[in-house]
Amino acid sequence: MTAPKSRAASTTLRAEWTKLRTAPGTIWLLAAAIVLTVAVSTAATAATRCPAGAACPVDPARLSLTGVEFGQAVVAILAVLAISTEYTTGMIRTTLAAMPRRAAVLAAKAVVTTGPVLAAAAVAVAGSLLAGRLILPGHGFTTARGFPLLSLADGPVLRAAAGSVLYLALIALLSLGVATVVRDPAVAIGIVLGLLYLFPIVAAVAASADWQRHLEQIGPMTAGLDIEATTGLRGLPLSPWAGLGVLAAWTAAALLAGGLALRLRDA
Amino acid sequence: MTATMARPRPGRRPEEHDGFGRILRAEWTKFRTVRGWVIATVIAAVLMDLVGLFAGGQSNISCNNGPGPAKTGAACIPPVPLGPGGEPVTDSFYFVRQPLAGHGTITVRVTSLTGRYGGGFGPANQGPVAGSKIGVQPWSKAGIIIKQSTREGSAYAAMVVTGTQGVRMQYDFTHDIAGLPGAVSARSPRWLRLTRSGDTITGYDSADGSHWDKVATVTLAGLPATASIGLFATSPAYQSLSQFLGGTTGQVGPSLATGVFDHVSLSGGRPGAPWAGDDVGNQDAFGPQTGQLETFRQAGGRFTVTGSGDIAPQVPGGGGPSSTIEDHLSGAFAALIVMVVIGAMFMTAEYRRGLIRTTLAAAPRRGRVLAAKAIVIASVTFAAGLIAAVVAVAVGVRLSRDQGTFVFPVSWLTWLRVVAGTAALLAVATVLALALATMLRRSAAAVTAAIVVIVLPFILGVAEVLPSGAAEWLLRVTPAAAFAIQQSVPAYPQVTASYTPPTYFPLSPWAGFGVLCGYTALALGLAVFLLRRRDA
Repeated sequence: MTAPKSRAASTTLRAEWTKLRTAPGTIWLLAAAIVLTVAVSTAATAATRCPAGAACPVDPARLSLTGVEFGQAVVAILAVLAISTEYTTGMIRTTLAAMPRRAAVLAAKAVVTTGPVLAAAAVAVAGSLLAGRLILPGHGFTTARGFPLLSLADGPVLRAAAGSVLYLALIALLSLGVATVVRDPAVAIGIVLGLLYLFPIVAAVAASADWQRHLEQIGPMTAGLDIEATTGLRGLPLSPWAGLGVLAAWTAAALLAGGLALRLRDA
Repeated sequence: MTATMARPRPGRRPEEHDGFGRILRAEWTKFRTVRGWVIATVIAAVLMDLVGLFAGGQSNISCNNGPGPAKTGAACIPPVPLGPGGEPVTDSFYFVRQPLAGHGTITVRVTSLTGRYGGGFGPANQGPVAGSKIGVQPWSKAGIIIKQSTREGSAYAAMVVTGTQGVRMQYDFTHDIAGLPGAVSARSPRWLRLTRSGDTITGYDSADGSHWDKVATVTLAGLPATASIGLFATSPAYQSLSQFLGGTTGQVGPSLATGVFDHVSLSGGRPGAPWAGDDVGNQDAFGPQTGQLETFRQAGGRFTVTGSGDIAPQVPGGGGPSSTIEDHLSGAFAALIVMVVIGAMFMTAEYRRGLIRTTLAAAPRRGRVLAAKAIVIASVTFAAGLIAAVVAVAVGVRLSRDQGTFVFPVSWLTWLRVVAGTAALLAVATVLALALATMLRRSAAAVTAAIVVIVLPFILGVAEVLPSGAAEWLLRVTPAAAFAIQQSVPAYPQVTASYTPPTYFPLSPWAGFGVLCGYTALALGLAVFLLRRRDA
């Protein structure tokens, strides 16, 4: 009983992996995610200087990871296309005929999408931090002024780096869940980017400070990116891991909704 | 030869015109008959209002200023004086004055401008300036003034020496003209002169009292026959703003300025009339004991005048809770995301269903198809955005006032620019998405590109970790510059404040909007080029 089941699981995984691998956009999107993340991070650190004598309330790790906010949009496209292309081409009917256990299909998609995203995110985050390590000391962020060289041996920096990689993977899964529910790629990406970007904007203009804090606590991007903080943790709306937990909750809800929609609806 | 060339033309022209009209109608029909798009447009408008009202709203403010029981809401808004131009102003200074009927001239020599700032919260027995530091603010002022009356917000013209900005001629709050540069001291005093003739006032300055330079001649409409003329001193709140992160961190405290005048001569007043001291305005810089600090001494021909406050336009953020009309338009981002999705789908749906082949067979001039699509989607978005923006601002401003927030008044032209500009911004952003979708043919990529280039720079510039220099640069060169069209209050060089987004933008409203239009025109051009070149 268990043997065929596990074989079915590995077949599904292989099928999904083949689909993702051979889709023309995948490799380019992964490359774009890495390049955009590192380029924007580098630009942000290059634009920041700590003039002599000034107190610079800057979190160097977070500044070096600015590009994640761009890279996540590319990751979201990749994950949305992983499922919505099946609907635009009608491939989904073949997929579900071959593998009637629909939850397993979604699970397999989640696994094969997460893998490459994790790998690309690791490269992008490492590149961004390396750029920060090389650029920041020359811009006034020196050890003597309380800004040690960015290093993964430093606990909070490691947390920021590993957390950012996890953050991008969770964004991919969130996008996959949303796209499974709404099917259309344009609508799915609109919803994902709306969820990510609207919370910080509304929080920035919110009239009351309480609302501002609450919005930053529940927004998937604002809460999730708390993981990048290495200084001033007390001023954060949420602690780093709790923030990533909020994003994980959004992701779990999206995947659950996607799984239910896939099960209950006709393809 | 010419006849045969010319003959088809009169026939073709109406047909061509008719042709574009038909394409336009076809595209309008395509939009109108997709129920999801129509519903989504309505949702975009509703979302814009809901998000805007949610962001602008807060709980009622309660206060117990003045006599009677505690109040809430609109009763808490302190009366804000309005200047001659209708703008909210601060009009608070110490005024040593005489009445002036008709024509007249006042001339003084200023030998010193000093000040204190910060502190002021020490125990009462140590005096109100306990803990304060010595120093002037950039816009601490001492000088001479001709003012309509002692009513706050009334018209005036003044010649002043400032803390660090040299001699200035200022009038009617929003106007500021530079005179002699450099700081004032006993060794390099400054001579100031104001001459009134009817409602025309001319300001002069001089370094030695014999060579006079005219700074400006200004007209104060409706200056009454009898105005007030005299010496004054004032000093705006001390602000130490961190220029590093958009001025979000900073210290604010009270300040005082003291000016020393001599060689005071007045012609046109009643000869030998006494000087009266008046604490105009109610900026109690150092708490209830300010009254004993704001004063003047007259010894021989020497006047020492100490004052606190400012004679300047008010800017948002200072004083009590205040908001601007564009604070209620933050929902535009939600509408923008929805409309960008529709704009991209308006093109990619054609490719998905293969309809593009029928469309291009019916209208072989491909550029016109794209133009028709752009006109249809832009018009729909503009109409929906305009209705939503009018509702958001009208309702939001009223709610804010009822809750006790002072809303900065704007002229109707500015109101129109902010509201219609927001709708136009949405329309152009949707066209950008349409053009990107034509170029990329992939709706997910087109939607992401449009949202990322418009929305993300705004987030990084306003709410995120970027330092102010980089943030300002982003709001100049990216399509997010277009949000400058929403700025409703001007920045004043003569007022120290943190002029940062989302209230202030580095580009002027129309220049910022032009940046988005430029990118969109470029994308449309590329889209037409690719649409013509590629097989459908």
